[in-house]
Amino acid sequence: MGCDGVMLQVENIHVRYGRVEALHGVTLEVREGEIVTLLGANGAGKSTTLNAICGIFKTTEGAIRFRGDNIHTLPAHEIVTRGVAQVPEGRRVFGTLSVRENLNLGAYTCNDNARNQSNLQRVYALFPRLAERAGQLAGTLSGGEQQMLAIGRALMANPKILLLDEPSLGLAPLLVKAIFDTIREINRSGLTVVLVEQNARAALKLAHRGYVMEVGRIVLEDTADQLLANPDVQKAYLGGVR
Amino acid sequence: MDLFLQQLTNGLAVGSIYALIALGYTMVYGVLKLINFAHGDLFAIGAYLGLTLLTTFGLSQYLGPMGVVIVLAVMVMGLVAVVGAVLERVAYRPLRQAHRLSAVVSAMGASIFFQNALMLVYGARYKVYPHDILPKNAVSIMGFEIPLVRLLVLLTSVLMMVALYLFIQKTRIGTAIRAAAIDQRAAKLMGINVDRVIMIVFLIGPALGGVAGLMVGLYYGQINFTMGWMYGLKAFTAAILGGIGNIPGAMVGGLLLGVIEAMGAAYISIAWKDAITFMVLIAILIVRPTGLLGERVADKV
Ligand SMILES: Nc1ncnc2c1ncn2[C@@H]1O[C@H](COP(=O)(O)OP(=O)(O)OP(=O)(O)O)[C@@H](O)[C@H]1O
Ligand SMILES: [Mg+2]
Repeated sequence: MGCDGVMLQVENIHVRYGRVEALHGVTLEVREGEIVTLLGANGAGKSTTLNAICGIFKTTEGAIRFRGDNIHTLPAHEIVTRGVAQVPEGRRVFGTLSVRENLNLGAYTCNDNARNQSNLQRVYALFPRLAERAGQLAGTLSGGEQQMLAIGRALMANPKILLLDEPSLGLAPLLVKAIFDTIREINRSGLTVVLVEQNARAALKLAHRGYVMEVGRIVLEDTADQLLANPDVQKAYLGGVR
Repeated sequence: MDLFLQQLTNGLAVGSIYALIALGYTMVYGVLKLINFAHGDLFAIGAYLGLTLLTTFGLSQYLGPMGVVIVLAVMVMGLVAVVGAVLERVAYRPLRQAHRLSAVVSAMGASIFFQNALMLVYGARYKVYPHDILPKNAVSIMGFEIPLVRLLVLLTSVLMMVALYLFIQKTRIGTAIRAAAIDQRAAKLMGINVDRVIMIVFLIGPALGGVAGLMVGLYYGQINFTMGWMYGLKAFTAAILGGIGNIPGAMVGGLLLGVIEAMGAAYISIAWKDAITFMVLIAILIVRPTGLLGERVADKV
């Protein structure tokens, strides 16, 4: 564990796609037990940041430390083993596998059967719908159910930190609320959360702190309440003053 | 009626060999979206290794026919699997991030390399498998005679396919293979080591292809260093017929193609045997490019 409960430290990372650099030195940190939200317009680099943390994209500069250890040098699958799980943008459930198989894959890195079983019960308690649909192919689920599955699948890995990339995308308002409530509940049970959202108001109401990204850089960092009250943020991300 | 049944069982036996080869194409395509053009040559290597093992160790002195087939099959599978894994390491992995066309060119290069290596080592002429390994007699089933070899080939292939199917459907690694075939990035996010999955696929596919080569040697008795080309093309057709990327599809496609070919040879003309394969290939690509059980291919190859 890093000092003063810092769980994740992203330090001046640069990521490039071929010749184009998408992140130009992103720095942020997440403390244990927090919900931190990452806001920004389309193309700002939010997903890229999450994927860099997960080792999907390699950093060309900078460092990522998780509980004191450098993880930016590790392959993606080992980062999962360390306790970092991501609910990716667009859910990316395995459509031609059953709900149950998707959940089992979430637990791919855990060989402890008893724990997997209890995690499964926990996920089913959180999302009873998944228990009902256990044998169904994931691709046949509704959008909201797929989002539940993506979150449940990530929880099956028994993570220490959960990264969520736009979990409310394309969902009806009622479902969005349900998903946000679930995120709060998961966090209260002790899981640290990083939340990327287009729905900035809802995200800031849920989060403890937030970062604002613009074209590959962090431009603002504050507590969620301060960000909600910030006129610039209101203008750019909260659809005017309210 | 007898001709029909003979052709049917013959078609199924040959088709099961196509199916074994087709599985290699389809599994590699599944995880890498790459047609491994060297796969047919791995099959040919299997046929030659089978011959070498058979003649150097004189297995048939010690073992009964079924024993010989099993021991040979296991050894050939092991060896060709290693060749497959080395191929992936040397020819494909360095190109993982490169444009897909680079890997295709690399695959063709590997194919040419293997063919020439076989020719240099074994010579360009046909090689003949010893005649005395498998008994020539036929088994009588309900008054109908089927050569024992044919039954052995069919039985061995079907057993292997069932084993593969169970492995893919029921085991942790099998599920990881399916997951990596659907979405590599999501698979990585599950903690799956995708490079390892690819390596496993390049062990299993070539092992099955290699054993198919052995069976062709046993079934037809003669082999040639270019055999990988024609069989490769037919198995590829079988994979497309079943739906490339789809494992049960490759099995069904192989058996079906074998039967179509045998029936065509018997009832149309033997000279049309190979042409039929290509007509089938063209017909599927026009009528149902997804194959019988498969996903889209048109935008992927
Ligand atoms: N695979 C890729 N190849 C090339 N460029 C990419 C790729 N993925 C993202 N980019 C570029 O990198 C930049 C950051 O993209 P990223 O997906 O991280 O943005 P984002 O903040 O998540 O946006 P959104 O809100 O739309 O999801 C964009 O300019 C995007 O076009
Ligand atoms: Mg994004």
